[in-house]
Amino acid sequence: MRARLLLAALGAGLIALPQFSGNYVLSLATLALYFAFTGQAWNVMMGFAGQLSLGHSLFVGLGAYAAAALFVKFGIGPWAGLWLAMAICVAAGAAIGLLAFRFGISGVYFALLTIAFAEFTRIGFDHIGWLGGPGGLFLKVGQRTSWDLADLRGTPAMFYYVMLALTAGAFALCAWLLKSRAGYYWQAIREDEDAARALGINTFRWKLLAVAISAAMTSLAGVFFAFYYNNLFPEQIFHISQSIEIILGPIVGGVGTLFGPILGAVLLTTLADSLTNLVAAMGLDIPGVKQVFYGVILLLVIMFLPNGIWPPIAKRLGLGRKD
Amino acid sequence: MSASLVANVVISGLLTGLVYGLMALGLSVIFGVVRVVNFAHGEMMTVAMYAAVLLFGAFKLDPILAALPVAAVFFVIGYALQAGLINPFITRPEHSQFILLVAVATIITNVMLMVFGPDAHSVQTDYQLDSWAIGQIIVDKSRVYAALCALGTTAGLFAFFRFSRTGTAIRACADNHLGALIVGLDVKHLYALTFGLGAACVAVAGCMMTLLVEVAPSVGPSYTLLGFVIVIVGGLGSMPGALLGGVLIGVSEAMAGLFIDPSAKSMFSFALLIVVLLFRPQGLLGRRT
Repeated sequence: MRARLLLAALGAGLIALPQFSGNYVLSLATLALYFAFTGQAWNVMMGFAGQLSLGHSLFVGLGAYAAAALFVKFGIGPWAGLWLAMAICVAAGAAIGLLAFRFGISGVYFALLTIAFAEFTRIGFDHIGWLGGPGGLFLKVGQRTSWDLADLRGTPAMFYYVMLALTAGAFALCAWLLKSRAGYYWQAIREDEDAARALGINTFRWKLLAVAISAAMTSLAGVFFAFYYNNLFPEQIFHISQSIEIILGPIVGGVGTLFGPILGAVLLTTLADSLTNLVAAMGLDIPGVKQVFYGVILLLVIMFLPNGIWPPIAKRLGLGRKD
Repeated sequence: MSASLVANVVISGLLTGLVYGLMALGLSVIFGVVRVVNFAHGEMMTVAMYAAVLLFGAFKLDPILAALPVAAVFFVIGYALQAGLINPFITRPEHSQFILLVAVATIITNVMLMVFGPDAHSVQTDYQLDSWAIGQIIVDKSRVYAALCALGTTAGLFAFFRFSRTGTAIRACADNHLGALIVGLDVKHLYALTFGLGAACVAVAGCMMTLLVEVAPSVGPSYTLLGFVIVIVGGLGSMPGALLGGVLIGVSEAMAGLFIDPSAKSMFSFALLIVVLLFRPQGLLGRRT
């Protein structure tokens, strides 16, 4: 009950946010929600099913390029394009999962395999001239004054609401998944895969499902990325630093929890932005400050709060560790 | 395309591969004993490369000579890193260790970006453009020196693990952790020693790399990945495997650069990694665990 009230209050606050904040706060909030969403997607694989991916930039990039290519080359809008983006990412995720799980690759080796696929694709896209290669793929920047949902062109408030809807959808989906048969199977696999198999769980199939769902969700973040930023570079979107930024939120917030990815993303985005502003206010222009900050936070959290910051907060709020 | 051109490319790839091998050896030794994957390996090498560049700039110290003090300092840093940061993580789940080192790697890369800026630096030795011509085949002097130093360091490390008492003790820890504890070995100390040795390896490799390539903060992650590719191809934890993997990757990179496109060369390394992971996950010379 208490959790529901808090959730309703949070939702109402987020819906009302554009009414009393400027474009700057809105863009920051959009960024935070973007990382909350991608973190939630990554969490399905790592937090629920225990499969560590360090190559989620692969799905962001493939989703973004699929939707952007359809839009730029054939004039097909994002709402049709996202299906192709999802299909490609599910296929890519299934291919990786199929190969890895069939050959019994797990743990660190699996993480390295995901990095290898992402890096392979990054360099590959550098050599696809049709999509701009290393020079990048650009979407025509449309008007920014009114809402055009069909083509995803419009005001910052529109993008904010789109991202909010995605994040809320992901939250609801994950809450449902966690309580579903799949969720329990995943947690059994995460805790002890051999024991899960001994109980008759087809671990191969359920792990594959986790990868597919995570990939499909992440592809939507890619579609959003393409239409929000309007430019795509393989060096940026497929880069390993992109994958690491995705995992920061859930790790700081709490791997395997529902609120962790959201809390972590919001916290990190606001803190990093304040830090950047602070450094700029001191008249300094040092690249890398934000990343050092991320690194230090990651180090401190993994050392002292290996379960993330959400579980102790949840306890304090009297929400228990139910989620 | 003449045969001598191909021979030239193969030889230069082989020599570079020996330096790659030494870098990967550090990674492999650390994994083989401590069972921790050092995700900050390439970043540590980048720090060594900067150290060599700075020493050369300040004292005109040749990177080959600089390798000694840099390796000594790295040994101490490596020891401290393992003793202070990683030892408490030995009993934690794999992904925790992995993320700990991802954090260390992120900090190293970006601190270097803050300190040295994004531009590339290099070392200009007197002999960097010299080469020996053997018939049709031309071999760069700096590549030969780098490869010889790498081979020498590798031989030293092999000898240490084979013949010294401490080396034997470390191998005992790697073979049987519990057994090592029972016979009274100070496992934590030996782990830290191993990490220090791995760091010293990568320091020497870094100094040698400055003879061959430029250094910029952004190269760290790609060397980490390269190191992973090499040790997994050769066999994670196998010392000869790391050397073999290094040479294989060095030659295949050089060949890909010659026949296809220099910018696509690391794509082949990753493709090789994927193939090896799938069909021989223990690596070419590794043992199944």
